[in-house]
Amino acid sequence: MEEQVNVITPDEKEEYIINMGPQHPSTHGVLRLVVSLKGEIVKNVQPHLGYIHRGIEKMCESITYPQIIHLTDRMDYLSAHINNEAVCLAVEKALDTEIPDRIKVVRTIMSELTRIQSHQLWWASFGMDLGGLTCFFYGLRDREKVLDIFEETCGSRMIVSYNCPGGLMYDIHANFQKRVKDFIKYFRKILPEYDQLLSGNVIFMERSKGIGKLSLEDAISYGVTGPTGRASGFSCDIRKHEPYSAYDRVTFNEVLRYDGDTYSRYMVRIDEMRESMNIIEQLIDNIPEGPYAVKMKPIIKLPEGEYYQRVETARGELGVFIISDGNKNPYRVKFRSPNFVNLGALNHISKDFKIADLVAIGGSLDLVIPDIDR
Amino acid sequence: MKYEEFRDNATLELLRESESNILLTTIDDVINWGRKNSLWPLTFATSCCGIEMMAAGAPRHDFARFGMEVYRASPRQADVIVVAGTIVNKMAPVLKRLYDQMSEPKYVVAMGACAISGGPFFLNSYSVIKGVEHVIPVDVYVPGCPPRPEALLYGMLQLQRMIQTESIKSRKNRNISHDSK
Amino acid sequence: MDKIQLCEFAKSLDPEIEVKEGRQFAEVTIPSSKFYQIAKKLKESDETYFDFLSCLTGVDYGKELGVIYHLFSTKYNHGIVLKTKTSDRENPHFDSVSDIWKTADFHEREVFDLLGIRFTNHPDLRRLFLDSSWGYPLRKDYVDDINIVTK
Repeated sequence: MEEQVNVITPDEKEEYIINMGPQHPSTHGVLRLVVSLKGEIVKNVQPHLGYIHRGIEKMCESITYPQIIHLTDRMDYLSAHINNEAVCLAVEKALDTEIPDRIKVVRTIMSELTRIQSHQLWWASFGMDLGGLTCFFYGLRDREKVLDIFEETCGSRMIVSYNCPGGLMYDIHANFQKRVKDFIKYFRKILPEYDQLLSGNVIFMERSKGIGKLSLEDAISYGVTGPTGRASGFSCDIRKHEPYSAYDRVTFNEVLRYDGDTYSRYMVRIDEMRESMNIIEQLIDNIPEGPYAVKMKPIIKLPEGEYYQRVETARGELGVFIISDGNKNPYRVKFRSPNFVNLGALNHISKDFKIADLVAIGGSLDLVIPDIDR
Repeated sequence: MKYEEFRDNATLELLRESESNILLTTIDDVINWGRKNSLWPLTFATSCCGIEMMAAGAPRHDFARFGMEVYRASPRQADVIVVAGTIVNKMAPVLKRLYDQMSEPKYVVAMGACAISGGPFFLNSYSVIKGVEHVIPVDVYVPGCPPRPEALLYGMLQLQRMIQTESIKSRKNRNISHDSK
Repeated sequence: MDKIQLCEFAKSLDPEIEVKEGRQFAEVTIPSSKFYQIAKKLKESDETYFDFLSCLTGVDYGKELGVIYHLFSTKYNHGIVLKTKTSDRENPHFDSVSDIWKTADFHEREVFDLLGIRFTNHPDLRRLFLDSSWGYPLRKDYVDDINIVTK
């Protein structure tokens, strides 16, 4: 069933091949890495994918446009809201619908909350991978507060199908603004605790400074976007370059660092959590009044043509490419997923580091495997 | 939850009735009490339900209070495998191998709609297996997409109730899968 | 450069290229034999400097198979769409651009896996998600009676 498992041929007698199989405890999902080692030094890493390949792109050719939302939710489930927003924006742009301000502002607030909870989970599992189990409990405890906000407004904790082409599924709950403001006040006090626990820790800094360097030219050539790319100095934030929803009316900094190692990737995400809170604070007090959904036709048919929409998820640039031939089902849908592209750089950046560093590098790339396999 | 408050206990009572020897019943009770209160799950999470499983282990819906916080990475040391997430054609042999490597007594919990029946990917997906019961025999099904952590806890409590009614005399042969596909 | 200037620039590179001002980006259709040189020129020329390959999509048009590239420039912040097609369904092949943009490595493996399009000069063309006994699922003539419900 497997063809050509070992494409890497060990050069000298000292190299051997081990398999970090689909089921392993640093559970980022089902990623199989075939690692060629010389002693403890990594010479070559080949990922084997397909252990969660569900055929989402083929499925999209037989369902209608509003139904695609329920599938993109489950692709990169930690930025579920942002994935849905990409599809909705593509459809709305194709139909030239005018979206009222209320919808744009609420979508932006929910996107930033999604980004915060995704980074919280990343921090929790990154700390756990490196051995600090406390991070797991702290990170998930605070993430529950964001999930409470989601549950009250959208009905579900993680897989929120809250966006739909034309607006939102329901209006925001009456408690929404108060709960979000309380959360921000709470989390601003907690974030320095995260720094105290991990960022200044001597062991953590030894394990992450200088490890897994990615230079700027390589980042652009490998197409690495998101916090991973920004840690190498690649200014790739779609929210700044091609603003969508309400991002053109808020001011925030694009967090850039220039070292390109694991520590920079870590610090970029911590700073991004702060920037997200700044964005939410600017929007939460003045949510404009208006309808929460625009009336769309019951059967949505896009005009013939090709439409490409890019958004900034918590892990990088998600591109939704829809080719339509005028029917109610799309002709071809392609998702340019950020994790798929970021994984392409793993072999290059982990050469000549130890195998224990491979875990740290994999954790700092923040991969979600169902997004790779789609 | 109190024993009397479980409403769907008919099958479990039937299982209990088959034993009548007092000595064996006491030994059974002690052994089952020990076994059910220290179920060690295997770290196996494929997709979104895995995050809810992690959230069930997190401080809010802690399942360490039921004895389950020790996640073992190796299947030889684990008691229960919680299949959280979609199982795909390529992953099915891996799952079967993991299940075979676990030592008896072992239990399987199918968590989430994808593991029960293929879930949202039931229609028109060329590589999703429509339910993990085609690969390994399942004891408890926890529905939801994804199920809340409380739902997973209820499923694990049902599993504990099931273990309570087992006896060392009559342990079912679990190696027969329901469907040989 | 905006869409119209990009169209003119592309047209000036080679007369066989067709350009179209699409809704969002300038769409440039290039015959497959000249694709590699044109793509390289678009990356290296100072006026366009397309150094970021965002998306590589394989499409089955029914009778033909094609590949669509979305390119962006980090310097000028403009974008362009390149398309090529081939009508050979038995043995389609294009030139690989993985030495121009390293990200094309994984993308081209995925296109080979799901559509069967081969890329010459690719460093390591293996199937990515599925194994060798599957057909090519994203083709329109892929038949799977058990799983796929055709209406």
